[in-house]
Amino acid sequence: MGQEHNLAIFRGLVKFKSNTQKIWGVLIFLSIVTAVEVVLGIYKPEMLEAHILGMKGLNWIFIILTIVKAYYITWDFMHMRDETPGLRRAVVWTGIFLICYLIFILLQEGGYVFEVYKDGFITRDF
Amino acid sequence: MSTTVATAGAEGKTWAGGNEPLKASYGKMMMWFFILSDALTFSGFLAAYGFSRFKFIQEWPIADEVFTHVPFLHGQELPMIYVAFMTFILIMSSVTMVLAVDAGHHMKQQKVAIYMFLTIIGGAIFVGSQAWEWATFIQGDYGAVQTKGGNILQFGKYVDVEGEQKFKRVALADFVNAAETPRVQHERKNGLWFTDEGTLPEYSINDVVKGLKSHPEVLVRTQLINEEGQKTVLTREASLEAIQKNGKRTVMGANLEVNEYGSPLFGDFFFFITGFHGFHVFSGVVINIIIFFNVILGTYERRKNYEMVEKVGLYWHFVDLVWVFVFTFFYLV
Repeated sequence: MGQEHNLAIFRGLVKFKSNTQKIWGVLIFLSIVTAVEVVLGIYKPEMLEAHILGMKGLNWIFIILTIVKAYYITWDFMHMRDETPGLRRAVVWTGIFLICYLIFILLQEGGYVFEVYKDGFITRDF
Repeated sequence: MSTTVATAGAEGKTWAGGNEPLKASYGKMMMWFFILSDALTFSGFLAAYGFSRFKFIQEWPIADEVFTHVPFLHGQELPMIYVAFMTFILIMSSVTMVLAVDAGHHMKQQKVAIYMFLTIIGGAIFVGSQAWEWATFIQGDYGAVQTKGGNILQFGKYVDVEGEQKFKRVALADFVNAAETPRVQHERKNGLWFTDEGTLPEYSINDVVKGLKSHPEVLVRTQLINEEGQKTVLTREASLEAIQKNGKRTVMGANLEVNEYGSPLFGDFFFFITGFHGFHVFSGVVINIIIFFNVILGTYERRKNYEMVEKVGLYWHFVDLVWVFVFTFFYLV
């Protein structure tokens, strides 16, 4: 086979000597990100509870860190980094577009139903 | 006839066929598109969870109060620890899988077999952990009262922790005594022959009222989340009134119909999404075992490539990828 691997991560900031080394490097990175998430999840610092763009700052951090983890799992463990741009875009762009659309319509609708309940058209407080 | 004519003039040209613009085999490409469609399925579930959560945004259970258990550390409240362990197991098994794929590229049969084996072990530990998580969730810990409107009322009291008044949950069993003459359970032989009744709850609502009256320190906590992000605690009078006026039955643990932590939808989505993910992990383990035996038997050695390992690897990493999102949306956010 002798497939070529792209051994640089973080836009070329870190370069690994072999594919095996890169795998361990990515594992360390993913573990650190997970550890940060868990520590933030347990202690929930006061300063991060403030709302930014309609959501708690802490929740934004969690979601962004999740997407970072998803990126490295897909790009390095699933070798998306080594695939041709055509295959990569066919899979990633399709998924991202449809998922964003789905999340938008469902959360919008959920917020609307919440308002209908809140404005007293339906009583649930008994 | 026409085909021979068509190819004759196109030899060596772009449209002569035999091109691989994506430089990936058919099987690998189809695995990627399967993963894409499966990702859309999962995001459909998670978005539906988001919908229900936005709908009941002011009363959704707080995950940190639900998943607090760690095996062998009974009675301690340790949110996140166990699920962090599960996440780490799954990431580790992803690493052994990618090492197996790498060893496959170098045609090292022994190494592929060892790493595949470790991956299978990791997957099995994860599924086992999830079973334990389910069992703890189903069993419940404090118990609660369901009201006529379907809301959940929990119990607790203020205790002094290092000079600060903190609200601590109290289990039903700690202040309620079951009535001496419980209601007789309806069975087929002593009632309607064509219908059954589910297990009777341990305590009736009257037992709870009695217990609440005899324990003046116990207060009721509603589902509503206040401005500090905590569930609202009622005053003593309001507690008694809420239970007496609206209480319907006691609830212990969780099932698809009701759960002691709050909205039944929370339990439904938890069972459905983690269950669907667990089913993926389980089928991933089964596929890994099949490939593991193929590696041992030397199938890929004779085939002179280990691409099958790479394909199941893609599926296995996808399972890890989904867990990363389930972890965030069920336990963190």
